[in-house]
Amino acid sequence: MNARYVYMDYNATTPLRPEVRDLMVRTLDVYGNASSMHELGRVARAEIEEARAHVAALIGAQNPSRVYFTSGGSESNNTVFNTMFLIGRNQKRRKIITTSIEHPCVLNSAAHLRDEGFPVVFLPVDRDGRVDMDAYCAELSPDVLLVSVMAANNEIGTIEDIKTIAKLAKEQGALVHTDATQAAGKIPVSVEDWGVDYLTLSCHKIYGPKGIGALYVRERAPIEPLIRGGHQEDGVRAGTYNNLGIMGFGEAARLARAELAEYGQNVSRLRAMLRGLILERVPNVRINGHPTEVLPNTLNVSFPGAEGESILLSLDLEGIEVSTGSACASGSLDPSHVLMAIGLGPELAHGSIRFSLGKYTTEDDVRYVADKLPPIIARLRRMSTVPAEEIIGEIRTEGAHPEGAK
Amino acid sequence: MDAFQWLYSDIVKDHFTNPRNVFDPDKDKDFKPDAEGMVGNIKCGDQMMFMLKIQNDIIADVRWKTYGCASAIASTSMLSETIRGMNIRDAYHIKPADIASRLGGLPENKIHCSVLGDKALRAAIDVYLEQHGRAGEFKGEDAQIICKCLNITDKDIEEAVRQGAHDWHSLQEATKIGTVCGSCKTKAEELLHEFVHIYS
Repeated sequence: MNARYVYMDYNATTPLRPEVRDLMVRTLDVYGNASSMHELGRVARAEIEEARAHVAALIGAQNPSRVYFTSGGSESNNTVFNTMFLIGRNQKRRKIITTSIEHPCVLNSAAHLRDEGFPVVFLPVDRDGRVDMDAYCAELSPDVLLVSVMAANNEIGTIEDIKTIAKLAKEQGALVHTDATQAAGKIPVSVEDWGVDYLTLSCHKIYGPKGIGALYVRERAPIEPLIRGGHQEDGVRAGTYNNLGIMGFGEAARLARAELAEYGQNVSRLRAMLRGLILERVPNVRINGHPTEVLPNTLNVSFPGAEGESILLSLDLEGIEVSTGSACASGSLDPSHVLMAIGLGPELAHGSIRFSLGKYTTEDDVRYVADKLPPIIARLRRMSTVPAEEIIGEIRTEGAHPEGAK
Repeated sequence: MDAFQWLYSDIVKDHFTNPRNVFDPDKDKDFKPDAEGMVGNIKCGDQMMFMLKIQNDIIADVRWKTYGCASAIASTSMLSETIRGMNIRDAYHIKPADIASRLGGLPENKIHCSVLGDKALRAAIDVYLEQHGRAGEFKGEDAQIICKCLNITDKDIEEAVRQGAHDWHSLQEATKIGTVCGSCKTKAEELLHEFVHIYS
């Protein structure tokens, strides 16, 4: 259909990398139930434990047996919040602190605890998307059961200071969880260095299969199964072992760790190139997210005056795949909660596009996007009832500094 | 995804990529409309403006602008083609469903986008009628009864919202809707939500 096809939605999901695919094809016939004592079972079990060691290494966990395989990030997050529900309902220490920019599975799990009568705080973030530390410190008390803050944001890429957040929580005796779904494989992740009790991982964001994820649980941190049944995963997660998914995850994690530095250099160079070309060629834009503490692959840009879904679909017609914070694309009337939380205002949030680059992105891809994007924005702005200059002008008077404003 | 497959139907794609009668800031700088209508709110993510030239109650020419999604652009483009040369009374009574079917159908959650073009067109015609001492001439002609107990129509709800009733309580105060049997509440709330989005 299109002469060229450029995937720039790696934060949504990633393609299965060939090495992982090859391993999975080879292990399709490892059908043994890893819980069985016989030879076939032992073979499967050995491969699963090897995969577990690779996943543990990716997140700097010294003891691989503290890594539990789940069906993905949502299940891992739900398992943590369900545990808090079970231990918190009968004690005074049951306050939950999280942020307003978490993934919906954390937001909705936290909202569920709030509905069950738990005190729940959704911390505000600053204009760059970082947790408001003053607000955080003001909420900390001996009543806090859990602090859950994502390691890096999926929409704007901002990286949170998990180490400091965890240290402050520990001073109050609280448990600490981080959703590292977007961070793992993109930046160094270390449960030891960060000092967290729980960490969530998903495999399909690191070029592995979908339907598999993991939850790290520190020694002596409480954990209750969300799915009850057999004794798999030390009773933390019942269900017959997903051999294929787990082995694919192990290989994806092994490669992600081995290539982390190289990946970071490559995508951050391409991100800088795309950012530079957009600022040079499209007037009146705003780059969202932290200027330095940001994922090397994530570039979120607001194009005021042009509506996000129209931009997305125009790019799609050119073979370019991105995502948007516009309400129209989500089927609701509300734009992205993350962009609203960083104070963008609906005028900018509805016109935002997330470009998330990945290991297969090339310089040619970036040039192609930078060639196709400016006329699309110009065309939509020409038919717009809302002049971009006016919106950017409003932001300017608010004191922020939109980039590329002319 | 269903919502995206339809968008690439040839008609929608054609109107999205080559919208008809869209206002061009260069070519149309001398376009002097007899009436303009604007509805929607950028805070809700879409806004629509219609500009009409009207001669002897016939729409002689039309331009429009939008801050809106692809389906809003496509449906307004189709609407603008449809009304050119049409009597303003017929144009006033075009239903969003007619436009959607000309586009080969729109999914449920996108009907809202085509409603906006229709509302902007009516707003422009209302302005024209008002300027010519004919205010409200077409109003109520195609009203649909929502509250059977009190004979309250969708137009009554629309008017109440325009006058500032933005929640169920104030809508009830303004119209007394749903105060008898209450069976119209679901439908009335849907309309309230829709009109609040368009007019707030």
